[in-house]
Amino acid sequence: MDVFLNQLFVGLSIASILLLVALGLTFTFGQMNVINMAHGEFIMAGAYTTYVLQTALGTGAIGLAFGLALPAAFLVAGTLGLILEFLVIRRLYGRPLDTLLVTWGVGLMLQQLARDIFGAQNVNVSAPGFLDGGVTIAGADLSYPRLFIITVVLFVVTAIAIYMGRTPAGRRMRAVMQNRPLASVSGVRTTRVDRTTFFIGSGLAGLAGVAITLLGPVGPTLGLGYIIDAFLVVIVGGLGQLRGAIVAALALGMANSFIEYNTSTSIAKAGVFLLIVLFLQWRPEGIVVQKRRGLA
Amino acid sequence: MHRPIRGPRWAGRCALAVAATVLAAVAVGCGSDGSDTSSSSGGTTASGDTIPVGILHSLSGTMAISEVSVRDAELLAIEEINKAGGVLGKQLEPVIEDGASDWPTFAEKAQKLISTDKVAATFGGWTSASRKAMLPVFERNKSLLYYPVQYEGLEASPYIFYTGATTNQQIIPGLEFLKKELKVKDLFLVGSDYVFPRTANKEIKAWAKANGMKIVGEEYSPLGNTNYATTVNKIKQAKPDAVFQTINGDSNVAFWKQFKDSGLDAKSLPVISVSTAEDEVKGVGIDNIVGQYVAWNYYQTTPGAENEAFVKAFKAKYGQDRVTDDPIEAGYVAVHLWALAAEKAGSTDVEKVKAASKGLVFEAPEGKVTVDGENQHIYKTARIGKLRPDGLIDTVSESDGPIKPDPFLKTYPWAKGL
Amino acid sequence: MSTLARLLPRSKPTPSGFLVRFALMAATLLLIAPAVLSDFRLSLLAKFLCFAIIAIGIGLAWGQGGMLVLGQGLFFGLGGYCMGMHMKIVDAGPGNLPDILTYSGQYDSLPLLWKPFTSAWFAVPMAILLPMAIAALLGAAVFRQRIRGAYFAILSQALAAAFVIVIVGNLSLTGGTNGLTNFQTFFGLSVVDPADQRILYFVVVIALLLVFLMTRSLVLARYGRLLIASRDHEDRVRFLGYDPARIKLVAYVLAAGLAGLAGALFVPVVGIISPALLGIVPSIEMVIWVALGGRQALAWAAAGAVMVNQAKTSISEEWPSGWLYVQGLLFVVVILFLPKGVGGAVANIREYIGRRISPRGGVPRSEKPKPGPQVAASAAPSAARPPKEVA
Repeated sequence: MDVFLNQLFVGLSIASILLLVALGLTFTFGQMNVINMAHGEFIMAGAYTTYVLQTALGTGAIGLAFGLALPAAFLVAGTLGLILEFLVIRRLYGRPLDTLLVTWGVGLMLQQLARDIFGAQNVNVSAPGFLDGGVTIAGADLSYPRLFIITVVLFVVTAIAIYMGRTPAGRRMRAVMQNRPLASVSGVRTTRVDRTTFFIGSGLAGLAGVAITLLGPVGPTLGLGYIIDAFLVVIVGGLGQLRGAIVAALALGMANSFIEYNTSTSIAKAGVFLLIVLFLQWRPEGIVVQKRRGLA
Repeated sequence: MHRPIRGPRWAGRCALAVAATVLAAVAVGCGSDGSDTSSSSGGTTASGDTIPVGILHSLSGTMAISEVSVRDAELLAIEEINKAGGVLGKQLEPVIEDGASDWPTFAEKAQKLISTDKVAATFGGWTSASRKAMLPVFERNKSLLYYPVQYEGLEASPYIFYTGATTNQQIIPGLEFLKKELKVKDLFLVGSDYVFPRTANKEIKAWAKANGMKIVGEEYSPLGNTNYATTVNKIKQAKPDAVFQTINGDSNVAFWKQFKDSGLDAKSLPVISVSTAEDEVKGVGIDNIVGQYVAWNYYQTTPGAENEAFVKAFKAKYGQDRVTDDPIEAGYVAVHLWALAAEKAGSTDVEKVKAASKGLVFEAPEGKVTVDGENQHIYKTARIGKLRPDGLIDTVSESDGPIKPDPFLKTYPWAKGL
Repeated sequence: MSTLARLLPRSKPTPSGFLVRFALMAATLLLIAPAVLSDFRLSLLAKFLCFAIIAIGIGLAWGQGGMLVLGQGLFFGLGGYCMGMHMKIVDAGPGNLPDILTYSGQYDSLPLLWKPFTSAWFAVPMAILLPMAIAALLGAAVFRQRIRGAYFAILSQALAAAFVIVIVGNLSLTGGTNGLTNFQTFFGLSVVDPADQRILYFVVVIALLLVFLMTRSLVLARYGRLLIASRDHEDRVRFLGYDPARIKLVAYVLAAGLAGLAGALFVPVVGIISPALLGIVPSIEMVIWVALGGRQALAWAAAGAVMVNQAKTSISEEWPSGWLYVQGLLFVVVILFLPKGVGGAVANIREYIGRRISPRGGVPRSEKPKPGPQVAASAAPSAARPPKEVA
């Protein structure tokens, strides 16, 4: 039973990380159809923001720096996203596959930039003191950093749901996503909506970057480890579907956790990939499907 | 969709400009082609004013986190040698190439260094895979490679000098420490999924069998894996007395963070690592690893005038926040060993340098090292270290003098049939 | 068929123009390059030409068929491992185990997976057929489900990544991350001997030229028209009574076979096959070669592979610590400003110059084909510049 509960928590924790790195993509990829391979580098930017703040504020204010890093990383990564959108992406709307190749090139440059600014070695981001330790409930060890990440995800998901569902800006975003020409003739300024969407999507990557400093390395190639997983979550969930992404992240996290416990890390990773391939045979459009008319 | 671009005139000009840039970039490469057919001067004959030496590490990609520091140490050594008058009265000229964390690139660049730059020797590599990829290149061209990282043994190429530890200088002393000092009976093995951990663990299992230690678990994870929660849970379930850790690269950070995160520390479960050194500790964060054990041959704190000078020079050149560690020192030693051998041989000719290297002694930062003439590894002192709160490592146990390298473990009866 | 054939503009290139260009290219590769390049540069070129074979496959599947094949590394690797295993067995000699199998100490005789590769008659065809078979399985399922675009791209990536993990995880059987290396002979040729490396170069060039001719004739044939039609308007093709899934499948399977062939040639030329060559990153790079060269034309796709790799080699030699900036920037600029790659740009420039020299020579702007129906719009470039498009 301990084992089961422990692995359940591990699965939940993996799912929360997957969801966090994928949330931004449900905006940029799901809604705008931009395959942003530099998303991983935006995550990296968020992680380095935490590092910079911690270094700037000194060892006395590690917790404060970490707290400040959450909004700061959102802004930093969001701004990077805006720049990318303005310089590159907006010239490529309607050419999704080209966005993949271009943003890959951008990602390469950002990696090298990080290496030149912060050094090739990993840097240290300390966990704040209040996240030290954990609680044991019914034999399952729940560590504070992992609980914190889960909380962040819950908070972000709620915020997004409210933004998308209840605010005029969110409504415009959905309108553009569902029918761009119709939204445009109805008076929605689609370019501005695109820019906002890209800002939020990239900003969320920065947020994810802060969270994963608690559990993983902070270095120039940090993004590579998360990018494919993030895309898989979005694809399995269904393009641009928040609910779908949540279910997909949970399913992948649990699958990973339990397969790994019973076999090995390698088999779990390969197994999850194969499960996804099989799943898409069954539901090629993902878990949650946007209802549409017409053929394609 | 696939609309033909037939825009305004500037589009054509723009296209022209871009095409010209691309062609120019290609032309740069073609230009450098010329040199390797025309120039015949080079290292083996050392007829020029300088002696080119190759430096081949990953400056980009996932392995750059570790390898860039080794390159720095090698450049420092070259600078020192040049300041002291060079080798055979000639200045050394480093030719730096990027292996890009990609094994075939290592092979390609090694060949480039040998045939285009005519280097007298090459210093490079980190992963076993990069060494295995370069090995045929150096053997085929009869050129020298100095490989500066501890590795899994079972190799002795006539054209490679191994300045890092082989297993009997690092892993076996580590195991003996666990048995004698920590009274470990049940051991858990975790490693990255590649040749070094697999081979090391095979040897550890054979050793454990002969020494009455029980292996209660063995886990591997792909390189670059950042999720160790399940692995740590498995360790907790198995309740070992200690963990032997051979995780490499980025994963190292994730392992230590998540090990600590799950409520374990040095007191509740000691871990001994053979792939975490001072440079990695900086990225891990000392809070996550303090009090744990490592097995190497050199630490920044190793006493001795040579080491003090080395650490001082390294920090002066690269910044006070930088640290030195075992592979960094091994890279530094490699350059000096080659320079000494070339001086002794009176030539940079590969066979003469090899002959001169036999039994060569160098006062290294880690203490006196001697080149073994037979397998071209070096005699090294094994040191078990303990992480202290400032991120440096204290030596807690040390072998009696340098240990003779034995890459094939011929002198160990339990290792028969490995 | 005939209905559709009439819909599509006929763009038979003038045969003589193509023959001249082809002969020039063949002469450069077969006569000039071996004469002017050193052994090392020639074997690098041989490596790039192996990549060019992959690029032709991608040019077919992506350029003509519109499938962004982002998992070609998988097929390249399969081909490479088939050949590598065979070469390892031959090097070890009959009755002996290849060195990588002895490391784990698990095997006394050849494991089941390796056994069939003792025979060249099995290994060489397998290097091409195995990738094709896997592509056929995957493609049949994927295209029938009408999985397209980004889905298909990410899916192929996942598969390539899974394959890498499987190879790395079965260290004792596959050599793990080290891969297979340290080869000695290739069908009696010594892999380490420069003279024999030159022979290998010619083998690669001839394979490339043959592959190019075959793929080109396929693209010019009726099938090629159908493939383009499926790319641009799958539904319309379906309404006409064709099965676009099957049409795309053929291109996808062929591309996989070409990648396998490239892998099989790569191993003797470069002397290593390792998982580092077949994961996500190399798979993306393969597509980038084609995007930069020009996806619409097979020859430019192949040229892209050579250009990008030559650029990568020379830039990283010149500036080992900063070459990623240059390479990244090159990707961005080319794809942003030359959506059709260098090939498209060259065609544009020619047209531009042609218009400048004789205002009546080029296609006047007013006669630009109307972007009406999708099929016609997409075929417009071939109508405007018949000879260059495919060759």
